[in-house]
Amino acid sequence: MLAGGLAGAGALGLTGGLSGCGSPLAAGVAGTPLNPESVTFWNLFGGGDGARLQTMLDVYREEQGSPESLTAATFAWGNPYYTKVVLATLGNKPPDVAVAHATRATILAEAGLLEPITDDLLGLAGLSSSSFTESVWEAGRVGDSYYTIPLDTHPYVLFYNAEVCQQAGLVGDDGKLVTIEGREAFEAALTEIKGVTGDVGMVCSNVGDTSGSWRLFQTLYWQMDGATDFLAEAGQQLTVNEELALATMDYIGGLAKSGLITPTIDYAGAGTKLFTGKAGFQTQGEWEITTAQGIEGLTFGMVPIPTVFDQPAAQADSHTFIIPRMERTDAQRELAMGFVKSLLDQSLTWAEGGHVPALKATLESPEYQALEPQADYASAAEIAKYDPPGWYSGSGSTFENIVGAQIGLVQQQLASPQQALDAIKEQLRTYLDTPSPVLGS
Amino acid sequence: MTTLTTPPPVPPSAATRPDGSPDTGTRVKTRDARAGWLFLAPFAFFYALFLIVPTLYMLITSFFNTSLVRPGLGSFAGFANYAEMFGRADFWSAMWHTLQFTLYTTPPLVVLAFVFAVLANRLKRGQWFYRLAFFLPFVLPSATIGLIWVFIFTPGTGLWPTVQGWLGMEPTAVLADPSWAMVGIAIATVWWTIGFNFVLYLAGLQDIPRELYEAAAVDGASPWQQIRSITLPLLSRTTTLVVLLQIIASLKIFDQVYLMTQGGPGISTQVALTQIAAIGFTDNRIGAASAFSVLLFIVIIAIALIRQLFERNQDRSA
Repeated sequence: MLAGGLAGAGALGLTGGLSGCGSPLAAGVAGTPLNPESVTFWNLFGGGDGARLQTMLDVYREEQGSPESLTAATFAWGNPYYTKVVLATLGNKPPDVAVAHATRATILAEAGLLEPITDDLLGLAGLSSSSFTESVWEAGRVGDSYYTIPLDTHPYVLFYNAEVCQQAGLVGDDGKLVTIEGREAFEAALTEIKGVTGDVGMVCSNVGDTSGSWRLFQTLYWQMDGATDFLAEAGQQLTVNEELALATMDYIGGLAKSGLITPTIDYAGAGTKLFTGKAGFQTQGEWEITTAQGIEGLTFGMVPIPTVFDQPAAQADSHTFIIPRMERTDAQRELAMGFVKSLLDQSLTWAEGGHVPALKATLESPEYQALEPQADYASAAEIAKYDPPGWYSGSGSTFENIVGAQIGLVQQQLASPQQALDAIKEQLRTYLDTPSPVLGS
Repeated sequence: MTTLTTPPPVPPSAATRPDGSPDTGTRVKTRDARAGWLFLAPFAFFYALFLIVPTLYMLITSFFNTSLVRPGLGSFAGFANYAEMFGRADFWSAMWHTLQFTLYTTPPLVVLAFVFAVLANRLKRGQWFYRLAFFLPFVLPSATIGLIWVFIFTPGTGLWPTVQGWLGMEPTAVLADPSWAMVGIAIATVWWTIGFNFVLYLAGLQDIPRELYEAAAVDGASPWQQIRSITLPLLSRTTTLVVLLQIIASLKIFDQVYLMTQGGPGISTQVALTQIAAIGFTDNRIGAASAFSVLLFIVIIAIALIRQLFERNQDRSA
């Protein structure tokens, strides 16, 4: 069976090789690029992001005057995506350019899988390190080198259904959500909304969405005085403030128990609930703006997640471009940077999709400042709390899965905060004890 | 299993050789053997390349801190990887979940397939429809199964919670509840793969001569007695095959978990293979993943041996 299948594949390969030299298979066997003039680009943008990216890619294709100038592939995000990038780079067949989260790119860089972004390389796109917001540029640093070309910052924010909030008396004269600060005010607002919707006040997805649960936790946790990074020493030390972590989980569980937030809902269902007016608030990444805009008759707004505790904070990460390590000619390098430049030039289009641009020129432009509701929550990028350092941490990582899953269970009333924290510590133990496998030993 | 005991054909030349040296037979035999190896070579090549070599590599790397992204084996770890596995809570839970899935799926997949096959076999007309209906899900790829059942079990808006709502029941978030998620995956799997066992049983049933049933009916045996005394014993070979295939398939569970729950909620559906893939390809720790694989390998061999002993015992008593 095995041999038969392989012999079949071999025969196919043979005919493929004979029938056309330009075929993908021939290129694969010979190890030559499919089309030297074409840029291969890997990304992880689904949903609203994906739709917007397509229009940006089409602009690049138009600029180049040929649909073949770009081969773009979109993969499911999170661990599987980064596994693909790692394996392709190890196999010396990586894409010319790929998208990575800042928190994951640094790990790829430590593994020696990325080309450093030098001034010369940036120069090919007419850019320099000072073109970007400093904090975002610095997020791509490993040692003395930089490995990312930042595209945006994407904070976790609060979506609100304007019609519902209007009825709940939460919309001011300017037509925007009133400022909500402190626990009492926040819970009072949720209670008001619950009265209007007859369902819940706020939706926070937690089924099959460990990242969502983690983002909510990270946001609320960092709003407390005395919060410390969850991990330290490249993920070798657990430094979370356990008292505050328990308090945060207790708060999330309590809101769900009192019916102010949903105890059990998945990512898609959470959006539906907000859009259909069964909830007034939703904690969600700003990228879902495109989905919300596509709902006919929906009026909505977005603001930073209210400061429920002591200080403002918002979980965030950044999308960046990375150049995976492989043998490249100068022409290929130029082509890759030309593509990056084209996408960065369209930062405003990207910003329309919700993300806060990393390019200073766009961020400070009057066009961006006039974007609604983007301008209402852009400040969330300044209070950004990235995932803690660690070889198993970052967006969509094992760390988020372990911690987020337990927080999700607390929200579902299936675990107490103490049980959740114990489970988190138990499951993280192996990772804490294991030195980074990507570093050379 | 049965072994072929046909004597090797004696080459006619060997007997009529004038010098009658005893060596000739051996020489011809070597030639025969060489041809045999030649026929075997294509298979042996791929078998060695894709099974023997990786298995040996797995054994070796399990003793090293091998990293996916670094060349070479990495530093020597001794039994540290194994010690780590025994100390890891998620190793034991993944092993248990694999066994749990096997226990949840094997009995229904064998019993239900048998029942449905017997029922379908009794039909005089329209049997093709039932054969098709039971086998159709098996044709679908696992990704499709994942999508269908994730939709059915979607909390709040899925088919199952909706039906529960009609019946006035409290809706269960099947895939979101640690105590139900594995049951959900098992149900999806039974629906998906029952067609295969069903077809095997149906083929077995159609091999049983009608006269046996007629004779039994003449002797006054009830339908239940016929099933117990004719159908079941005559299908014992099929049952042995189905059970073996089913246990192996269930221990190899990966797709459904990966696609439907990603091992969640928490790690309540994390099984051996998804855990190995996570350690090896997400954590980049080939050494640790190899140690896990070796342990799983031992468990599967142990289960296969126990089953073999069980069967031998059965054959002897039969």
